[in-house]
Amino acid sequence: MTDLTRARGLALLRQMVLIRRFEEKAAELYTEGKIRGFLHLYIGEEAVAVGAMQALTADDNIVATYREHGQALVRGVSAGAVMAEMYGKANGCSRGRGGSMHLFDVSRRFWGGHAIVGGSLPVAVGLALADHMRSRRAVTACFFGDGAVAEGAFHESLNLAALWRLPVLFVCENNLYAMGTALERHQARTHIVGKAEAAGVAGDSVDGMDVLAVEAATRRAAEAVREGAGPRLVEARTYRFRAHSMYDPDLYRTKEEIERWKARDPIALFTAALREQGLLTDEDIAALEASVGAEIAAAVAEAEAGPWEPVENLLRDVHTPMDR
Amino acid sequence: MTKMTYREAARSALREALRSDPRVFLMGEDVGRYGGAFAVSRGLLEEFGPERVRDTPLSENTFVGAGIGAALGGMRPIVEVMTVNFSLLALDQIVNNAATLRHMSGGQLSVPLVVRMATGGGRQLAAQHSHSLEGWYAHVPGITVVTPGTADDARRLLLAALREPDPVFVFEHAYLYPMEGEVDETAGPGEIGRAAVRREGRDLSIITYGGSLPKVLQATDVLATEGIEAEVVDLRTLRPLDTATVLASVARTHRALIVDEGWRTCSFAAEVSARIMERGFYDLDGPVQRVCSAEVPMPYARHMEEAALPQAATIAAAAREMLPRRG
Amino acid sequence: MPILGADMTAGTLIAWRKQAGDQVRRGEIIAEVETDKGLIDIEVFATGVLERIVVRPGQTVPTGTVLAMIREEAPVVVAPVTAGVAPTVAVPEAPAAAPTPAPERMRVSPLARKLAAELGVDLATLRGTGAGGAITREDVEQAAAAKPAAPARPRVDVARMRRIIGAAMTRSKREVPHYYLAQTIDMGRALDWLRAENLKLPVTERLLYGVLLIKAVALALGEVPELNAVWQGDQVVQSEAVHVGVAISLRGGGLVAPALHDVQRRALGDLMRALRDLAQRARTGGLRSSELSDPTITVTSLGEQGVETVFGIVYPPQVAIVGFGKIVERPWSVQGAVVSRPLVTATLSADHRVSDGHRGGLFLAAVDHRLQEPERL
Repeated sequence: MTDLTRARGLALLRQMVLIRRFEEKAAELYTEGKIRGFLHLYIGEEAVAVGAMQALTADDNIVATYREHGQALVRGVSAGAVMAEMYGKANGCSRGRGGSMHLFDVSRRFWGGHAIVGGSLPVAVGLALADHMRSRRAVTACFFGDGAVAEGAFHESLNLAALWRLPVLFVCENNLYAMGTALERHQARTHIVGKAEAAGVAGDSVDGMDVLAVEAATRRAAEAVREGAGPRLVEARTYRFRAHSMYDPDLYRTKEEIERWKARDPIALFTAALREQGLLTDEDIAALEASVGAEIAAAVAEAEAGPWEPVENLLRDVHTPMDR
Repeated sequence: MTKMTYREAARSALREALRSDPRVFLMGEDVGRYGGAFAVSRGLLEEFGPERVRDTPLSENTFVGAGIGAALGGMRPIVEVMTVNFSLLALDQIVNNAATLRHMSGGQLSVPLVVRMATGGGRQLAAQHSHSLEGWYAHVPGITVVTPGTADDARRLLLAALREPDPVFVFEHAYLYPMEGEVDETAGPGEIGRAAVRREGRDLSIITYGGSLPKVLQATDVLATEGIEAEVVDLRTLRPLDTATVLASVARTHRALIVDEGWRTCSFAAEVSARIMERGFYDLDGPVQRVCSAEVPMPYARHMEEAALPQAATIAAAAREMLPRRG
Repeated sequence: MPILGADMTAGTLIAWRKQAGDQVRRGEIIAEVETDKGLIDIEVFATGVLERIVVRPGQTVPTGTVLAMIREEAPVVVAPVTAGVAPTVAVPEAPAAAPTPAPERMRVSPLARKLAAELGVDLATLRGTGAGGAITREDVEQAAAAKPAAPARPRVDVARMRRIIGAAMTRSKREVPHYYLAQTIDMGRALDWLRAENLKLPVTERLLYGVLLIKAVALALGEVPELNAVWQGDQVVQSEAVHVGVAISLRGGGLVAPALHDVQRRALGDLMRALRDLAQRARTGGLRSSELSDPTITVTSLGEQGVETVFGIVYPPQVAIVGFGKIVERPWSVQGAVVSRPLVTATLSADHRVSDGHRGGLFLAAVDHRLQEPERL
């Protein structure tokens, strides 16, 4: 944490707090029926998105999962556009076609939330292939969970990316559970970096509750990828504090385990570290919370006020309009 | 016009596309050094190099998905999947990604991907290399399904596929590869979504596509000697389906026979039949009939496979049954 | 509603003698109908169960309307026909000549149904020629074309037909220089063969000797083709196809000679079915106009009336008519021995402008020859 400035510390903290408060609000709105469908909350894992995203530039590609509110917000998709999408409104970032699981913002090279576990990895490899063939110096960062390592697409994608030395940064958010199945209950070998190495992809494992550690590890990996070293994998060991989705009684893990991990809340850890270094005051926190609160209130207002897509447009966006 | 095989015609389109558009590249299993499982891409590696003619691992799901990603990233990929049976390994990418990404993103992106694969039976390759599953793909909105039945279409529809902004799946019937036809190599791309009347006739319409087209034309030659004049509609594109051409033909002949190498149950023929019922019912002078493959995984033995597939004789017999008893 | 008289267009159902569910036997009276001519009993020509009564007492319906459904072994539509005049050709009433099997709901193609509504054709009067006996566009169009000017039934109008026949016969007798030939033919071999053949066939498929005569005529025309011809303007055009007009007399004095098509090419069983069908439709009013204009030669047989020799009048634009009388057992000399043989007199009336007696004689000899080789018919 040597070169951590107050401004950068506050910025990182604000991003994590924004995700946390945004999702708390989303959970509340879900119970009110404003948001429907599946709602997968990222609470507890904020340091991964925030840390990793620091290492990426506007030219890089992001491919995310269905638990992607955090990545979308950090990437700069506005809270209002994300909230409106979850409302199913026409001013949502996917015009109400995607919902919580499918946030897209192509202008920010945010290539979507993907809800087939493992299904986004080949797409990320292809984006990197295009960059490679077009000589674009960019990284494609592909976020996925520990559940995805059980999919053939994970192994195929790592192999193809390594075989063709493609600029892919695989970011495994290992929150220990594939929905309700613990990693050791579905993998004979739980060492994810080892799996990457087996495919010829160098990997690094990092504490996913430490935003600065995630940032540092990601930066090292991203730079190597950017320099043409081929794909890299970063495993961020993290934990989701909430259930898999809203409708989940959390039967597969103990309260004690959850409490143990909550003691390592990434926001609390980072707040304490900033305070310790004298970079953060109570006033800062109050101001930050107020600013985040205002942003979220505005986002909710934007979603509430947003128009519904006319049903006449039902078949829009299936095919690209074309002059034949 | 030049006489060339369906295989050469497809290769001609690939070469033309690789030459004229630097974004175009070809990838798939054994498309490069081997020259393509059906020799369609033979010689292209030598001409265009390994960057643009890429041999892939046997990872159908991933190299089709990589095609999707490359298309998003500004390339014009042509992915070859060896056969339609293997494409099932890539169904996740095709159905969950290629077909949906534009819609899920609210129209922010397009996936200009072309996937080619061999389909169909008739070569004694048994039950994991011989099926005709293009009808399944035609079920899926968001993709285009093209089934060229002639050498000229093999070239022109592939060129047309490369002009589409969205994913196009080109099904090349393996039985057609060695067949020769007249090809105009100076002609531009064909028109996707437009069926062709391959033969005019007044007595019934035989609606077909792809590998069944030559069999249907054989059958209609026989029928003509018996005084039965069948009109042959080659669908060429299964999605979007040119319903208007089908209905116009049925309105002329009042009888429709659909020939489709897929299994009868839930076949593409069933879709064509349904459309005729919905919009051409009062033009019909008899029930719509279908000749499809028998409801059995494709057997190996030659006589069994022949019995399982539509044949010119079964097509002709079905046509005769549909016409009024004369005298 | 059967046609009970040439000028009858409708009838009123007065009473049913049978109820739905009753067993009915061929020949039974099942209903009474009031016509302009009075109360008439309706005889049924099928054996089975009266499945459904369609027309209720008191209802007046056009001829050709289905009165009731009778289920035979397979369900059949029966528009009952009257007893009345016995047939005058060697064509049976044919128990199996019931119309095409059809479920209760008629089989009609969507297009035919639409066209029938447009053209005012009563589907109940049609007999389908499509797959499974479905009524097709062609059936409806032909029925519509056969309709008299008025919006009447698509059936042959008997009275009108009578006038047309009269005019045609008058003109023929005045304009066509007829010559007449007769030849006695030994039917022994043909009848023996027929008996043996019929033993192999189900009752409903059995052949009648009339069909042998018709086929023999058709084949003999191959040797004297100028008899199989029609006048077109002032030219005679030989026909490659042999469409034999089969004279069928109707109740009320009508006569029709609808065509059996392509007789020379068709098997006897097929011809028999077609003949039964023609007879049935001739009597129930289901002929198509083309069937009346297609014949290239006519065959008439009055054997069942006991007539021994028929001298026909050529039906223009045809150029010949062949007649057959009754088959009678007569003494006959065979290789010097007198034996009793079944004999029939075949006659030819022909247009002398087209052929002469020499050719006509060859033709009758050819018919004789064919009948001596029945297995090749």
